[in-house]
Amino acid sequence: MAAVLTRDIVKTFGEITAVNGISLTVPDAEFMVLLGPSGCGKTTFLRIICGLDQQTSGDLLIGGRIVNDIPPRARGVAMMFQSYGLYPHYTVRNNIAFPLRTQRLPRDEIEKKVQWASQLLGIGHLLDRRPRQLSGGERQRVALARALVREPTALLLDEPLSNLDAKLRTSARQEIKNFQQRVGLTTIYVTHDQVEAMGMGDRIAVIDHGRVRQVGTPKEIYDDPADLFVATFVGAPPMNIVTHNGGGYLGFRPENFLPTDMIENGAATEFSFRVDRSEYLGSERIVYGVMDGFDSKQPITAKLPPAHVAAERIRPGEWHPFAVKNSALRHFDKNGNRTSRH
Amino acid sequence: MPRAFSRSLREVAFFFGITFFVILAAFPFYWMVITAFKPNSDLYDVTNVPFWFNEPPTLEHLTYLFKETLFARWLLNSLMIGVCVTMITLVTAVPAGYSLARMTSRKGEALGIAIFLTYLVPPTLLFLPLSRIIAELGLQNSMWSLVLVYPTFTIPFCSWLLMGFFKALPPEIEEAAIVDGCSLFGAFIKMAIPLSLPAILTVVIFTFTLTLQEFVYALTFVSSSSQKPVTLGVSTDLIRGDVFFWGEIMAGALIAAVPVAVAYNLFLDRFISGITGGAIK
Repeated sequence: MAAVLTRDIVKTFGEITAVNGISLTVPDAEFMVLLGPSGCGKTTFLRIICGLDQQTSGDLLIGGRIVNDIPPRARGVAMMFQSYGLYPHYTVRNNIAFPLRTQRLPRDEIEKKVQWASQLLGIGHLLDRRPRQLSGGERQRVALARALVREPTALLLDEPLSNLDAKLRTSARQEIKNFQQRVGLTTIYVTHDQVEAMGMGDRIAVIDHGRVRQVGTPKEIYDDPADLFVATFVGAPPMNIVTHNGGGYLGFRPENFLPTDMIENGAATEFSFRVDRSEYLGSERIVYGVMDGFDSKQPITAKLPPAHVAAERIRPGEWHPFAVKNSALRHFDKNGNRTSRH
Repeated sequence: MPRAFSRSLREVAFFFGITFFVILAAFPFYWMVITAFKPNSDLYDVTNVPFWFNEPPTLEHLTYLFKETLFARWLLNSLMIGVCVTMITLVTAVPAGYSLARMTSRKGEALGIAIFLTYLVPPTLLFLPLSRIIAELGLQNSMWSLVLVYPTFTIPFCSWLLMGFFKALPPEIEEAAIVDGCSLFGAFIKMAIPLSLPAILTVVIFTFTLTLQEFVYALTFVSSSSQKPVTLGVSTDLIRGDVFFWGEIMAGALIAAVPVAVAYNLFLDRFISGITGGAIK
C-alpha cells in the first residue's frame, strides 16, 4: 500500500500556479526525494501533504485514506523544517514529548517513548538542555527525534541540511539515510541539491514549474533524463546539449565525451572539438570548447581523468578528434522530450 | 602624550554630557520631593533659598493629602482604570497583532498601517464625538467612561507594536506545533504567546503608563471628585480658585510617579527588546 499518494494536486496563489498537477505515489518505506530549483513548487507540495497549505484541487491520500479536509494534526505525518522549528522555550525532553502530549498519552508512556527516540538518535545526554544550547547537528537530531517519536505514517523533510556547513552536511546526510533505513520509515525529502538527491533517494521526482518532469531511481534520472530540463539540471557539469537534425537535440554526459583513442569498444560517433580552456580539479579535468558543425547555448564540456590524458590531446585553440559511444547518446525532439532509449 | 590627553578630554566631555542630562531629567523629581516635604512657611518665604530645606521637613502635606482629600480614592480609581484598560488592550491587541503579522497578503500590511494611523488622530478632536457616545451609554461623570475610551488609543498602538514582534517570530515554530498536533489556536497559545512575553510586557507597561498620565479625556468626561483618576484629582481638587496647594500637589505627583519609575527600571531591558523587537533579530 502506498503511504502517500497524490492525484493531480494543483495549488494556485492568486494568479500564480505553484503546483500544477502533481500525481505521485510513494510506497511504504521508500525514501522519495523531490528535487528542483528554488521556486519550483516542491516546498508548497510538501506543505500540502502535511496540511499547512490546502490544495486548490486534487486528492491526497495518506495511508490509504483521503485526507483533503483533515487538519494537519490528524494526518499522521511528521515534518522537519529547514530551520528545524524547535520550540525555544522548551527543553529537549519537552520538545520531543510535545507531539505525544497533544495526543494526551499517559505520562509513563510518553517518558518511555522519549527515551526510545533519544537513545535511537544518541541525544539521551541532552534532554535537559534548551535548543539554543545545542550545535547545529544536535538540533537536527532533536528535530528528527521529535518527528519520529509518534511513529508517523510518513516523515516530511524540507531542506534539512541547508543550515549546516559543508563538512557537517556530508555526515548528516549519512545519518539521516542510515536512520531511515533502520526504521523503515516512509520519507519525502525536499532539496535543490542534486548531490543529496542522488546520494539519498531510493527514487527522485524532478520538479520544475510545479510539474513532475521525471520520477525514477537516481540511475534512471542521470542516465536517461526524460527531457532537456532534467538532463541539464542533474549532473555537474550538466549534460551537453547540441542542436541536431533540424529541430531536435542530441545530448551526452561530459564524462562520455572523450578523445577518440580513449574509446575502447563499441560503436562511437566522432566529433571535432576545439578546446578553449581547461580546469584541473585534482580528480578530474574539465575541458571547455566548441564542437564543429553543432550549435549549443552553453560551452561543450568534457570531463576527463587527468592521469590518462596527454597534454597534446587537449591543447587549447586546436581542433581534436573526440567521440561519444553511441550507447551514451541521448536524442530529444524539438520540444525537448526524449525520443530514444538506448 | 597627546593620545592619552585626547582620551581624557573625551572622558571629561562624556562626563559633562551625562551630568547635564541627568540634571535635566532628575531635577523635576528633586523639586517634587523637596516641595512635598517643605512646610508652607518655608515654601512661601521668598527670601529663602528654594533649592534646599530652610526649616525642618514636615509630613503635613502627606497627612492632608490622605486625610482631607480623596487622594487614596483617586489612586484606587487610577489603578482600577489602568488594570481594566490593560486587560481589554491585551485581550484585543494580542490576537489582532498576531493576525496582522500572519496575514501574508498585502491587505495585512495595509490594515496594519491603517490601524496605526488611527492612533495619530488627536484626542482633542475625538472627545466631541466620544462624549456623545458616553452620554448615550449613560456613563457621563463615571470613571467607567474612561475604561471605555482609553482603549481607543491603546489598542491601535499596541496591536501595531505586537504585529512587529510577531513578524519577527519564525512561523516554523507555530507550524511545527500545528503538525505536531495543535490547532491554530493551540499553537498561538502554546508557542506565539510565551515566545512574545517581552513584547506583551512592554504592552502592559505602556498601556498602564498611558492611562495613568492621560488628562484630556478624564477632564472632559469626569467631574465629580470621587470618580476622578489621580492625574485629574491632584490638578483640579488641589487648585482651588487661584490657591495652589503646592506641597500636596507635589506629594500627590510623587506618589503617582514612583511605581511607574520602579516598573520601568525593573523591566527596562525587556522593554527595550520589546520596542526594538521587530527591527533587530
